[in-house]
Amino acid sequence: MTADPRDPEPTLAGDAVAVPVVAPGHTYATVTDQISAIVLRRGLPRGWLLGFTIAFALTILLHYALIYLVVVGTGIWGINVPVAWGFAIINFVWWIGIGHAGTLISAVLLLFRQDWRTSINRFAEAMTLFAVACAGLFPLFHMGRVWLFYWMFPYPNTMGIWPQFRSALIWDVFAVSTYATVSFLFWYVGLIPDLATLRDRSRSQVGRFTYGALALGWRGSARHWHRYHTAYLLLAALATPLVVSVHTVVSFDFATTIVPGWHNTMFPPYFVAGAVYSGFAMVMTLAIPLRAVYGLQDFITAKHLDNMAKITLATGLMVAYGYGMEVFFSWYSANEYEGYMQLNRALGPYAPAYWSLIFCNVLVPQLLWSHRVRANPLMLFAISLMVSVGMWLERFVIIVTSLHRDYLPSSWDMYYPTVWDWAVYLGTIGLFFSLLFIFIRVLPMISIFEMRELVDDQAKGGENGRHK
Amino acid sequence: MSTETTISDRNLYGVMAAFATPDELLRAAHATRTAGYRRIDGFSPFPIEGLSEALGMRRTRLPWVVFGFGLLGAACGYGLQYYCAVVAYPLNVGGRPLHSWPAFIPVTFEMTVLFAALATVLGMLAANGLPMPYHPVFNVPAFSFASRDKFFLCIEARDRAFDRAKTTEFLRGLNPLEVSEVPR
Repeated sequence: MTADPRDPEPTLAGDAVAVPVVAPGHTYATVTDQISAIVLRRGLPRGWLLGFTIAFALTILLHYALIYLVVVGTGIWGINVPVAWGFAIINFVWWIGIGHAGTLISAVLLLFRQDWRTSINRFAEAMTLFAVACAGLFPLFHMGRVWLFYWMFPYPNTMGIWPQFRSALIWDVFAVSTYATVSFLFWYVGLIPDLATLRDRSRSQVGRFTYGALALGWRGSARHWHRYHTAYLLLAALATPLVVSVHTVVSFDFATTIVPGWHNTMFPPYFVAGAVYSGFAMVMTLAIPLRAVYGLQDFITAKHLDNMAKITLATGLMVAYGYGMEVFFSWYSANEYEGYMQLNRALGPYAPAYWSLIFCNVLVPQLLWSHRVRANPLMLFAISLMVSVGMWLERFVIIVTSLHRDYLPSSWDMYYPTVWDWAVYLGTIGLFFSLLFIFIRVLPMISIFEMRELVDDQAKGGENGRHK
Repeated sequence: MSTETTISDRNLYGVMAAFATPDELLRAAHATRTAGYRRIDGFSPFPIEGLSEALGMRRTRLPWVVFGFGLLGAACGYGLQYYCAVVAYPLNVGGRPLHSWPAFIPVTFEMTVLFAALATVLGMLAANGLPMPYHPVFNVPAFSFASRDKFFLCIEARDRAFDRAKTTEFLRGLNPLEVSEVPR
């Protein structure tokens, strides 16, 4: 990454758009103590308590909505023929997409030796895990009889049947469960040395025991580090194609059908770009308040926000290109159903959703061309929220407008989400933030050992060269 | 339950020196190996380039293990689908071939990654001998700083060149912060 030579300009947060990815003056000890202190201090900060209470209340709403769903059935949702997918799949794709930025930051940026990733990779990985957990709920409960979910897996059974491996939906089962497993492994392996730090720093008996057990007896041996480093790079190399494959397979759920607006070879790259786009927006949504509340401006610097904003802009442009190509294909295919689908999106009953999505995903991110905007955390926060809304609307438009009016006008119908659709959706947002609040309370949200490495690097005058 | 002053030779795991910077540890590791010690290990709060080589460690074979398990995953994934679609539950869909290999690629890929990733993590932990709830080096009180900002070098008592007094003296000569004996 080249550093832009530009005049330092004070921002709202009071720091300058400077090049360093960790503020000067830090030592191994100060980064260790400052990050671990957030976890090891006693008591619960009032802001944390308030945020967690709201998030947990929404989680209880989720439990309530899901129990009611299981008791009564999926009829409480707005889904019906022809729109049988509705919120369940919209939210599934939305959450999975958000998760992808975490893997991108931790794996792809690691392989490209982007050392600015160091202070954001830990909570971005946690975000991935929690987003995948939320995503997984939707297809599970969408099945109706969630207690039979294991029918999706191939196992010898008395019914004598086996899964249909020519279906993109079964590919999804394998892709998402592999993704969840590998994301967890990557996150946990990254945590092991930091858990050892917490074990050695914790003053409570319970803390020492818990962190000690989770650290697996890590003692920082040079031989261990050697294998650890190799394993970490291997995991990154495995996670990189995996993350691309996961959203590709998700897009196959659509692209392998013959529904107008879905049957499109562009879908895999278009979906992957959209996933990274929404994911980076979510990382900014989380990083900006976190650094302000926990005083982490030394570690998550203006440089990080600037870089993330640039990636958001770049992927946003790819997504905008996708929208343009959808319009072009619908005309160029000379297929009347494709043509009607596009007209219906732009001018039909769901036109407000379509134009809001164009506004949020195409127009608003253009502000990011200005470095004045990129240096302003409040603006970035607002834009990242808009992008999250826009990407949700994108999935809504793709799923609902394609399904509600396809080939047979006699089976056209409207789709309206019910209060239960909203309850489950809001509930997963609550679950996501509850898990995140617990995570930042009990585990270091910034990778401590990688920050020490970064401090060592900067002490040696290394610009971007990481160890090994 | 031994204290610093009364460690018998039988209860001695080794002698350990603490250093303030990674470069000092690296230099000490080179010197220790040159002096003929073989059963040595370094401890640091983050990976130090060249330290494992300085301690005489060869490159890890972990990548080959991962490669093997990746291949195994691919074989299992593909084999599973072949068995389901061709042997166990053949479905005639418009006369298309039962062995429709292009449709089997995504799951084969996912299984490759799954097996390889599990092999990476479990292989790394197994080769490192983790989890290990107890290890003598933790008996040195200052060792808790190995996960913060101090760097340690330990020469084990079972090293052939080890001599309690001489080795301690040797480590003192490397300009460490302190030298301590490690009880078992």
